[in-house]
Amino acid sequence: MKRLIYLTVLAFSGLLTSFTPADGYGIGDVATDFSLKNIDGTMVSLSDYPDANGFLVIFTCNMCPYAKAYEDRIIELDKKYKERGVPVIAINPNNPAKQPGDGFEEMKARAKKKGFTFPYLLDEGQKIFPEYGATRTPHVYLLEKTDNGNIVRYIGAIDDNYQDVSQVEEKYAENAVDAMLAGKEIKVTTTRAIGCSIKV
Amino acid sequence: MLFTRLSYLFLVFTLISCVGNKKDGEAPTASKTTESMAMDKSVELPYPVYDYEGLEPLLNKKDNKTYIVNFWATWCKPCLEEMPYFQKTFEEQKANDVELILVSLDMPSMWEKRLVPYVSEKNLKGEVVILDDPKMNEWIPKIAENWGGGIPATLIYNKNDRVFYERGFSYEELNTELKKFTH
Repeated sequence: MKRLIYLTVLAFSGLLTSFTPADGYGIGDVATDFSLKNIDGTMVSLSDYPDANGFLVIFTCNMCPYAKAYEDRIIELDKKYKERGVPVIAINPNNPAKQPGDGFEEMKARAKKKGFTFPYLLDEGQKIFPEYGATRTPHVYLLEKTDNGNIVRYIGAIDDNYQDVSQVEEKYAENAVDAMLAGKEIKVTTTRAIGCSIKV
Repeated sequence: MLFTRLSYLFLVFTLISCVGNKKDGEAPTASKTTESMAMDKSVELPYPVYDYEGLEPLLNKKDNKTYIVNFWATWCKPCLEEMPYFQKTFEEQKANDVELILVSLDMPSMWEKRLVPYVSEKNLKGEVVILDDPKMNEWIPKIAENWGGGIPATLIYNKNDRVFYERGFSYEELNTELKKFTH
């Protein structure tokens, strides 16, 4: 019985407290800018986008099956929201020494093959992903550009079904961007999904 | 007891037939045909395929044993790196009322191609089950409120205690944690 009460309390506390990674950003935090090498050889920073309303910073990679399952959806997100001022910035957080398939040359090849429409950056030295608190790929951070910096508005998955786009019931990331752009409250601010742990 | 067993069987069959139906219902394009043929054979998989509801009883046993529940997949390199430690620990500790449950998060397309060969090649001990439930945001916090969704991840529990680890283990680390349950 005691156990049941404990579980019930646990379940409710889970509903009340929003999930914040032990290290890294929570909703409302100011996200750091970065300067990371893009697959075209240039350095990319958030400050390179003076007209942006925000960013979909997505930690993703070449090799992870979940990341692969979401590649087309990430391209769609970029196409849809870039023109509304919220471009996708993809960052590969993996250490290429640990995951050779996620090296810089392999990133270039993958981006070319899939026709990435967005920058695909390497988190060289792996300094940025821990600051954000990304734990897996793919892991989305929606940032809103404000006078006080880039504020974290959503953390989590792209949608609620990695297996089958046609079975998706909730497009978490899109819903968050739509609400943000409309100046409305984002209903679901954090979600979880199985992903590949980041290789350090 | 018989009733429980029967309903368990029924559940398993329902799940299996659901998997079958789902795949049958897919559009019969050329590329899907090979996939759905592979799926149809999944009925003969040597392990049960659960959604979260089907898995839940395995995470909440109330007997006198300690359960190590490892969430893994064949595509997850660090999961395969730690697998020998789980195997060794289980071999050494099963006389000590320790059980090992290996919950595979492999995708359906990998079950036959990768999961089954891996399990038989490595002669994996313990209970292998497949968790196939895309509604991750619903079931992940039910397994552990502090789980972000990365694997490898491991739950160790018995009727008194329960700890979830979103991390990989060395042999020593696993045994240090396990001792907190078995002593």
